[in-house]
Amino acid sequence: MMPKIIYKDKNGNSKTIEVENGLSVMEGAIQNDIPGIDADCGGAMACATCHVYVEENWFNKLPKAEDAEVDMIDMAYEPKKNSRLSCQIIVSDELDGLEVTTPEKQS
Amino acid sequence: MKKTDVIIIGAGPVGLFAVHQLGIKGLKAIVIDNLDKAGGQCIELYPDKPIYDIPAVPECTGEELTKRLLEQIKPFKTELYLNERVEEVHPEKENWIVKTSNKEEFIAPNIIIAGGVGSFEPRKISLKECEKFEGKSVFYAVRNKDNFKNKNISIFGGGDSALDWALELSKFSKITLIHRRDEFRGTQHTLSEIRKLEQEGKVSIKTPCQIDSLESEKELKSITIKYDDGKIEKIPTDVILGFFGLIMKLGPIAEWGLNMNKKTIEVNPENFETNKKGIFAAGDICSYPGKLKLILSGFHEVALASVECFKRARPNEKFRFEFTTSSKTIQDRLGKK
Repeated sequence: MMPKIIYKDKNGNSKTIEVENGLSVMEGAIQNDIPGIDADCGGAMACATCHVYVEENWFNKLPKAEDAEVDMIDMAYEPKKNSRLSCQIIVSDELDGLEVTTPEKQS
Repeated sequence: MKKTDVIIIGAGPVGLFAVHQLGIKGLKAIVIDNLDKAGGQCIELYPDKPIYDIPAVPECTGEELTKRLLEQIKPFKTELYLNERVEEVHPEKENWIVKTSNKEEFIAPNIIIAGGVGSFEPRKISLKECEKFEGKSVFYAVRNKDNFKNKNISIFGGGDSALDWALELSKFSKITLIHRRDEFRGTQHTLSEIRKLEQEGKVSIKTPCQIDSLESEKELKSITIKYDDGKIEKIPTDVILGFFGLIMKLGPIAEWGLNMNKKTIEVNPENFETNKKGIFAAGDICSYPGKLKLILSGFHEVALASVECFKRARPNEKFRFEFTTSSKTIQDRLGKK
């Protein structure tokens, strides 16, 4: 069984996708045509267009963002305290059930 | 109107290498880019990050790669039109006419679009009302410092640009520096200068907060910011400066009638021509079955596109495939004896 990732949009519509271990939450979205994640730079942590809000409980369970990611989130559209770049969240069994919400837009 | 053989849109690695592949075939090109320097994403997004998959170059940074490519195309004395965005493309018999944001006009039988993910533009403040003040009291770059004297200036952002302009403009204006978190990212020197100015009352720092609304009559009067804890504060403001980095926008390319697939342009993988004769796309912006967004793929793509460009630019000449190691003609074009 692959871990399930729940992608929500700002209106509360949600899609649950099985994402292979080792892929990023961004890749899981792109491969499954989840709207709302652009990932213009392709995962190089250089553009902030795969920005998501992580559900509070999950946010604290994730490995902390490195400085470069937090700096990049400054550039995102409407960053919040639970903002992350989905290209930096790597799917594993521990993240089964992870819930992320895409922002209104990416740029 | 300037006439050339090929108009290249985008001065990233692929656009620059296109100059080389066209140049050794005896074709002239010009290059247009919206950034103020050549290099594209390599220079704007990751100038210091090493790249490990350029053939025969085990490791180099985006900046080094750009430098080497510029060196490699030096013999062709190609003109780069920087700080310019291509606004319009339309046909004129067998040629294409391209107009830029600086009102330059070019005519050529070929266009190569090597535009990456689009042109880089400043990321804007998300508050909608800011739009109507853009260029009047809301800015995303400082072009002429004199326009920012004796004003109440609110600067948004937490990186180098925000800090550097806060320091510079505090010499003759009242600065409020606003950032969404407590931490700023800059050199140690800049950071301590800012804190010093804060103590002297020349710069006031507001964190962690974001813009909530703005108040105006005819002109901008003040802004209201909201702290993370919900507290709000009004700040008299004549000018807002936002430094949130750059984003990539496809821009007008989407309106040129090319077959698109999401944000990419569909091409024929034999010659990288789009659905319009004489318009080619290469690098990250093109798509075909099996496409990989690698710099090395872009190099291959422009090599093939340049052959088709030759056929269109020199319809009465036969294309001869030649090696740089053995062709006297190519060596002449490269200025080698």
